[in-house]
Amino acid sequence: MNTLLKASAAAAVLVGVAACASQPEPEPVAETPAPVEEPAPVETVEAAPAEPVYTGPTPGSLEDFQVNVGERVYFDLDQSRLDGDDQEILNRQAAWLATYPQFNILVAGNCDERGTREYNLALGERRAAVVKDYLVSLGVDASRIETISYGKERPLDASSNEAAWARNRNGFTQVLDATAG
Amino acid sequence: MFKKLMAAIAVLCLPAAPALADITIDVTEGTYKPLPIAIPEFTAEGGSEDYSRQITEVVKNDLASTGLFEITQEAAFIQKDLSIDVQPRFADWKIIQTDALVVGETGLTEDGRLRVAFRLWDVYGEEVLRLDNQPGRQYTTTPDNWRRIAHKISDSIYTRLTGESGFFDTRIVYIAESGPKTARVKRLAIMDMDGANPQFLTSGVHTVLTPRFSPSAQEITYMSYEGGRPRVYLFNIETGRQEVLGDFEGMTFAPRFSRDGGSVLLTQARGGNSDIYVMNLRSRQSRRLTDHPAIDTSPSMSPDGRRIVFNSDRGGSPQLYIMNTDGSPLTCPSGGRDTACRITFGQGRYSTPVWSPRGDLIAFTKQTRGKFHIGVIGIDGKGERLLSEAYLDEGPDWSPNGRVITFFRENYPGAGPRLWSVDLTGRNLRQMNTSTDASDPAWSPLLD
Repeated sequence: MNTLLKASAAAAVLVGVAACASQPEPEPVAETPAPVEEPAPVETVEAAPAEPVYTGPTPGSLEDFQVNVGERVYFDLDQSRLDGDDQEILNRQAAWLATYPQFNILVAGNCDERGTREYNLALGERRAAVVKDYLVSLGVDASRIETISYGKERPLDASSNEAAWARNRNGFTQVLDATAG
Repeated sequence: MFKKLMAAIAVLCLPAAPALADITIDVTEGTYKPLPIAIPEFTAEGGSEDYSRQITEVVKNDLASTGLFEITQEAAFIQKDLSIDVQPRFADWKIIQTDALVVGETGLTEDGRLRVAFRLWDVYGEEVLRLDNQPGRQYTTTPDNWRRIAHKISDSIYTRLTGESGFFDTRIVYIAESGPKTARVKRLAIMDMDGANPQFLTSGVHTVLTPRFSPSAQEITYMSYEGGRPRVYLFNIETGRQEVLGDFEGMTFAPRFSRDGGSVLLTQARGGNSDIYVMNLRSRQSRRLTDHPAIDTSPSMSPDGRRIVFNSDRGGSPQLYIMNTDGSPLTCPSGGRDTACRITFGQGRYSTPVWSPRGDLIAFTKQTRGKFHIGVIGIDGKGERLLSEAYLDEGPDWSPNGRVITFFRENYPGAGPRLWSVDLTGRNLRQMNTSTDASDPAWSPLLD
C-alpha cells in the first residue's frame, strides 16, 4: 500500500521532470497554496524534435523544489524509518539545498488520525527528527533545518481511509522564504 | 472570579431536626434500579418564580443525567400544597412510588438577593434526611448566581443519597473545534459541567491542545503552537494571564497537574526523543523522570504523588507503564523489579492513562481491531474493563469524585468530535452539550 503510494509519488515527480508530456498525476493536496497550475499538455507541438526545451519551474524557485525535488516522504504505520524512495527524495532535497544555500527549511512531522493526540505529537516529532538527521548526514547544515510536530492535527487528506492515512503519515519539508532570514 | 462569587453565597441551616433516615443508592453495584425521586417546582415568593422554575429544572436535569435517579413525573403528583415548613403528606408520595422528595422555595430579599432553601425527605421512612447534619439547606446569593446554587443543591442531594461527593458544581475545559479537517481552528474553551455558560478563552489564531484543570486553583495548563513552537502554557482563568511553562529546548506537550496542584508533569521532545519531566510550580525547578530512547509521554500522577503512569512504546507498541515519582525501582505486578513496570498486556495499543482521583484505577484510550475504546484498569494491571467503543474514543478524564469519565468521540469516520461522559460502571453513556465540535475535555475540581 505504502510502497505503491511512494511509487506514485515518485512517478509524479518524474513526470514533472519530464516536463508535462502526459496527463498530470493527481498531485497531493498541498498545505500551502497550490503551485501555479501546469499548462495543459500541448500535444500539438509536433515540430521537429530539436533539443528539448525546459518548460518547468524556474530552477531555485519554491515551485522547483515542490515539483522537481519532492516535499514529502511517507512513513509506514507507526514507523519513522526512511526507505529507499524516501532517501531518494531526501537526497534530492539535500542536493537542492546545497545548490541554493540561501534557503532554510522547516520539516514537519505528521501522523494519521488512528492514534491519540499526545502519542502522535511525539511520533511526529520523531519523524521530523529522522528527516532532519538524514539531511544533516548528507551535509546540510543543521542550523538551516527547523523541525516541528503537528501530530495528527494537520492532515493532508481529510478522508478517513487507508490511502488517506498513508498520505497523512509524512515528513513535510517546507522551504522557508530566503528573505525571512 | 469564582472565589468572589462564592464568598457571596451564605449557607445557612434550617431549623427543626427529625431523626436520621436511611435511603441510599449503591453506585458501585453492577445492576441497579434508579431511585425514584420527586422534585416539584420550588415555591416562589416575591417575584422569584423564574428562579424557582429554572433552579428546579437544573436540579432535575443534574440528577437525571447520572442515570442513578428516576425523576417522578409531575403529572403523577397528588399533593400540590407543599411547603418547606410543613411535613409532606407521605401517603400521597408513597402511592406514586417515590422514595425521595425534594421540597424547596425561593425568595428575594429586600436588598435584591436571591434566597433558596430546600429539604430532602425520605418518603417511606417519613422523615427529613439530614444534610451535613442539618435538616435542610439555605443559600443566599446574587440572583445571577442561581445556576451554581442549583448545582450545589444537586450535589447535596447526590451526596446524601449515594454517599459519594458531588460533581455538579464543576466546569469542563475543552478544545472547541471548527472549520475543515485540513485547516481546523482549535480554541481553548470552558463551560459548566452541564454545558451552560460556554466561553472561549483563546482566539483560535494558534492551535491549542490538551488543556488540564488544576485540582487546587482556577488555573489551566495546555499546549499551544503560539510563536510557531509547540509548548506547554499555564493560564489563569481569573486574571486571563498566560505564560510559557519552563525553559525547555524543543517542544513540550502532554501536560498534567499533580494531584496537589503544586507541580506539572509534561513531556519534552527534542532530537526525535520524548521524555517526561516534572516541574515544581513554586520553585520552577524541573526534574527529568524518564530517560529512554523510546517515546515516553502522557504522564499522570497518583493521588498520593508517589507514582506516575505514562505511555511508552519502549516495548514496541504504545502501552501503559508505572514508575515511582522518585525514580527508584519498584516491584512489578508481572514480577521482577524495574524502574518502570508495564501494566497493559491486552491486545491493542494503549495511551492517555489518567489516574483516578480515588487512586485505585487508571482510565485509558485503547485502540484495537480498528476501533477505539475508553477503559479502566487496576494499577496492578488487572481487571481491565472497556466502557465505550467508537470510530474514535479518546482522552478520558475523571470527574472529581472519580465516578464519571469524560472523553471525546468521533462517532464515525469524518464525524466531528463531541464530548461524552460515561459512568465508571459503563452505564449511562451520554453526549455532553457543546455548541461546537469539541475535544480534550478536562474536569475541574468541585468549586468552592
